[in-house]
Amino acid sequence: MDTLVAQLQRQFRDYTISLYHQGFLDDQFTELKKLQDECSPDFVAEVVSLFFEDCEKLIGNMARALDQTGNVDFNLVGSSVHQLKGSSSSVGAKRVKGLCVTFKECCDSQNFEGCVRCLQQVDIEYKSLKAKLQDLFSLEQQIVQAGGRIPQVDI
Amino acid sequence: MKHNHPLAKEGRERERESRGKIPIHMMEVCNCIEPQWPADELLMKYQYISDFFIAVAYFSIPLELIYFVKKSAVFPYRWVLVQFGAFIVLCGATHLINLWTFTTHSRTVALVMTTAKVLTAVVSCATALMLVHIIPDLLSVKTRELFLKNKAAELDREMGLIRTQEETGRHVRMLTHEIRSTLDRHTILKTTLVELGRTLALEECALWMPTRTGLELQLSYTLRQQHPVNYTVPIQLPVINQVFGTSRAVKISPNSPVARLRPVSGKYLLGEVVAVRVPLLHLSNFQINDWPELSTKRYALMVLMLPSDSARQWHVHELELVEVVADQVAVALSHAAILEESMRARDLLMEQNVALDLARREAETAIRARNDFLAVMNHEMRTPMHAIIALSSLLQETELTPEQRLMVETVLKSSSLLATLMNDVLDLSRLEDGSLQLELGTFNLHTLFREVLNLIKPIAVVKKLPITLNLAPDLPEFVVGDEKRLMQIILNIVGNAVKFSKQGSISVTALVTKSDNRAPPDFFVVPTGSHFYLRVKVKDLGAGINPQDIPKLFTKFAQTQSLATRSSGGSGLGLAISKRFVNLMEGNIWIESDGVGKGCTAIFDVKLGISNESKQSGIPKVPVNPQPGNFAGLKVLVMDENGVSRMVTKGLLVHLGCEVTTVSSNEECLRVVSHEHKVVFMDVCMPGVENYQIALRIHEKFTKRHQRPLLVALTGNTDKSTKEKCMSFGLDGVLLKPVSLDNMRNVLSDLLEHRVLYEAM
Repeated sequence: MDTLVAQLQRQFRDYTISLYHQGFLDDQFTELKKLQDECSPDFVAEVVSLFFEDCEKLIGNMARALDQTGNVDFNLVGSSVHQLKGSSSSVGAKRVKGLCVTFKECCDSQNFEGCVRCLQQVDIEYKSLKAKLQDLFSLEQQIVQAGGRIPQVDI
Repeated sequence: MKHNHPLAKEGRERERESRGKIPIHMMEVCNCIEPQWPADELLMKYQYISDFFIAVAYFSIPLELIYFVKKSAVFPYRWVLVQFGAFIVLCGATHLINLWTFTTHSRTVALVMTTAKVLTAVVSCATALMLVHIIPDLLSVKTRELFLKNKAAELDREMGLIRTQEETGRHVRMLTHEIRSTLDRHTILKTTLVELGRTLALEECALWMPTRTGLELQLSYTLRQQHPVNYTVPIQLPVINQVFGTSRAVKISPNSPVARLRPVSGKYLLGEVVAVRVPLLHLSNFQINDWPELSTKRYALMVLMLPSDSARQWHVHELELVEVVADQVAVALSHAAILEESMRARDLLMEQNVALDLARREAETAIRARNDFLAVMNHEMRTPMHAIIALSSLLQETELTPEQRLMVETVLKSSSLLATLMNDVLDLSRLEDGSLQLELGTFNLHTLFREVLNLIKPIAVVKKLPITLNLAPDLPEFVVGDEKRLMQIILNIVGNAVKFSKQGSISVTALVTKSDNRAPPDFFVVPTGSHFYLRVKVKDLGAGINPQDIPKLFTKFAQTQSLATRSSGGSGLGLAISKRFVNLMEGNIWIESDGVGKGCTAIFDVKLGISNESKQSGIPKVPVNPQPGNFAGLKVLVMDENGVSRMVTKGLLVHLGCEVTTVSSNEECLRVVSHEHKVVFMDVCMPGVENYQIALRIHEKFTKRHQRPLLVALTGNTDKSTKEKCMSFGLDGVLLKPVSLDNMRNVLSDLLEHRVLYEAM
């Protein structure tokens, strides 16, 4: 007999597990969840939204820098990538972090086409992660509204 | 013939005076005689001619002399020659002038003649006198010449001899070289014989070796002829003893048995024979630091025969050569022997190595197989076991008839026993492998003893055996060690005491042992700093043990009791396991007994650590669940340029209960940091050393060490250079980002305790 709550909980569990298996998230995200308690109930959501804001800003900087055709400041791009890598590893955004590594290499070798390609990929990636996390959070809200508890998912 | 000259008159006058005498030499007398005798004229003619020739000869001799003397480089008597020459010249002159006096001659000729004669007389007398001195000298020169010739001949002979000797020496060297260049015994001996035969032009050369028994000499090698196999002579012959008695080459008779090698085929004069001993140095004769003594040696005999019918004799230098060669052969043989031995030893070692390797591999395979089996057994057997035990216990709780109850109890007891047995066996095998490790922890020693006693008391009460516990007053309460295993040991020992006592009391004593206590002689306890040695003595007045059986007690599966007492159960593994545990705890265990029926005392020492956190005993050990922070209110400063990671780090620390201030730049950090902050976490991910500079500035700001906050770097790099850089800039610790909650907790507690942390990479 599946109640709505149980259904939602199962959905939540499956979705979370799939995100890990598909490589969108890694252990650091789990650590973040551990930090969420009564004192800071929205900790994860806050961190994650800060991360996406940061992504947007950094990607904007990099796009502007790469637009200066013929006079690209690879150092600027490199430092932005470095920041992005740090942020993504802090929240556990595994795919984004991986892309940043490749991106950094392109910057170091001043490979313009490579940088542009990487930038596009990073953009796509963070947006998709953002969408997925938003889905996850909405599921959580639905569970809470339905009166259930958010299940602990062990990966 | 009539001469009308002035002298003629004189001559005639003189002639008249001495009529009848016509000396032939009176050539100066003018022979104005009428030729009474026509023969006179002939005679005169002859005299004339002879004089002429004499003169010529007299003149030519000095010329020859001069010529030859000039030719010869050295002639000591030139002056004599001159004299001689003068004498001869003057004689010649005289004779020459004589030629003019045949005919009438003037007074000047006579004068000249007279002068010449006078001079000649003077010179010849002088020469005669001189010759008296000179001739002996000349003669002695001759003698010296002869002498020198003799000497030269002698030297020639000697040189010939030396050359021969040198030849021989060269032969010896070559022979030695040949001999020493090979390490094969047969080659050595064959080469020796061949070379000797060649050098000394021998007819036959033979080598006799002692047989295994040492009582006979066997002909082993000959040079020229094939020898019959197993041709032996007894070793005690006098001639052989004579040769063996000295290290020199000895001339022996050609008829002695060792020399009679070939059938005497009509050679009447057998060549001289020489024999020499060859010491055979055996490997065992070489003692380290000692030269081999030659008194107990075996010798071989080398016999050398000169060609028959040659009348050759053995010369001294040839004998010396033979002796030298014999020595060299001995050395070469010993080398060969040593080499053979060492090669044999090496082969043996290799074989043994291979065998050992195989054995080791087999043992490893066996161990692995056994471990696999045990692992499987452990799991597969325990599961049903637990099920049985659990269900039996449950069954016990239900309503049962007395028979059923009895049956269930038996089932329970048996399965408990089986479970214990399995655990014991598993423990023991893990112990033997060395794969068992102690699980150290802090626990209360006093409580442990009381618990053990509580466990044993029921059985002891049933058997009416009072148990007493004495804990020494200086026994620490909180210690560090493997609580479970220590309990196992004590339980085992006390359990044994109860099991094997029918009456009497059992006393358990625990104390801290010092080095002057009685201990087995091979074990001395030295209490070190934070450790001590606990000694537990369990004394009972029960069955006792035969002192002979005591060593067997600790061996596995050995039971010394009779069948009756065997019913008390147990696998005999208890003591063995206890001993292993005690050894793991760096201790020792032994049993003393005065004999059968007189009870026994079991004593063991183990090393335990002293715990300084006595308060901790109250707090039960909680593994990983989030603990209310020991860091409540700890003021921390987080410096990170990256907003996201700054927030994450802050969240982490807040979760642990710290009071966190965040800054996003170096300058802000320096401004904000104060002595209230206990720890500063700084992100050093950005390349370059600017971040590290902040550490130095903080050091400068806080000169007093206790005021300065601890500095920890958060970095994404795991390499050594980062670590070293941090250390060099005065940071107290390095952490790898991202940090997990547990990691951060551990790190903080370590940091606060030790004030330094260089792990967690």
